[in-house]
Amino acid sequence: MKTVVGIVAGFLFGAGLLVSGMYDPANVVGFLDLAGNWNPSLAFVMAGAIGTAAPAFAWVRRRGRDLSGARVRLPDRWSIGVRLVFGSAVFGIGWGITGLCPGPALVDLDTGAPYVVAFVVAMTIGLVISAWHKAAGTALRLETSGEHPPLEPE
Amino acid sequence: MYAHALEGGLLIGAAAALLVLSTGRIAGISGIFSHFIRGELGDGAWRLAFLVGLVVAPLSARLAGIGVVAPSLTGGLATALVGGLLSGLGAGLAGGCTSGHGVCGLSNLSLRSLVATTVFMGTAVVTVFIVRHALGTTA
Repeated sequence: MKTVVGIVAGFLFGAGLLVSGMYDPANVVGFLDLAGNWNPSLAFVMAGAIGTAAPAFAWVRRRGRDLSGARVRLPDRWSIGVRLVFGSAVFGIGWGITGLCPGPALVDLDTGAPYVVAFVVAMTIGLVISAWHKAAGTALRLETSGEHPPLEPE
Repeated sequence: MYAHALEGGLLIGAAAALLVLSTGRIAGISGIFSHFIRGELGDGAWRLAFLVGLVVAPLSARLAGIGVVAPSLTGGLATALVGGLLSGLGAGLAGGCTSGHGVCGLSNLSLRSLVATTVFMGTAVVTVFIVRHALGTTA
């Protein structure tokens, strides 16, 4: 069931990027370029997406359960740290110089363009480095607090 | 004129709503992709399934003969590599990108995501200004 939901959600997401034009970096940069010929499309995309998803999130958040009744925990909404702010700042620079972010980059792989492949390979390396960094930070905190790290299942 | 943008947004919102209602999961592409490349596919391999759906969308449009205007990919491979590395690194550290923080986080009324979205929109606007106007390269 989760597999079917995953495929349908991924397909809808990809279709949304195609229909909205957000798969094309020109439209994204057109929004970010306030000093140029401003293209407000991205604001309409965000309004449509948030308007549709917000009631679903409110429902799940209040119940603490999904439609099947299984308990779910949505991500923390309140903690703001250096990693969040620094990471977002760095992400914005990468997004600004290319007009690409992870979703559109994966959708644009269909073009087979070396530019997109290079972006996705470098993005993968960046994600792996950040995962190592987070794991190292967690290990260090556990060591200094004298706790034992949680056992990994074999 | 912006009807397509709104319609596309509705589809993206429907994807996020479907995923959170059925599984309690977040349709954040950097998070899904990051877990996927580290071999964490999730229950029912939902992350792999989501990524398959995502890449099948443009493929099926092409096979169905729906003409999608080719994305304008300007700049050299060096730009793509630097941009990709910064995007991956930043989204990984921040725990989300335009989809996870921007769409899902804001839909969930998350202060954390509001801060993330404001910061990355801000640095992206400044970056585009520098690249396009201060350096004078028209991308």
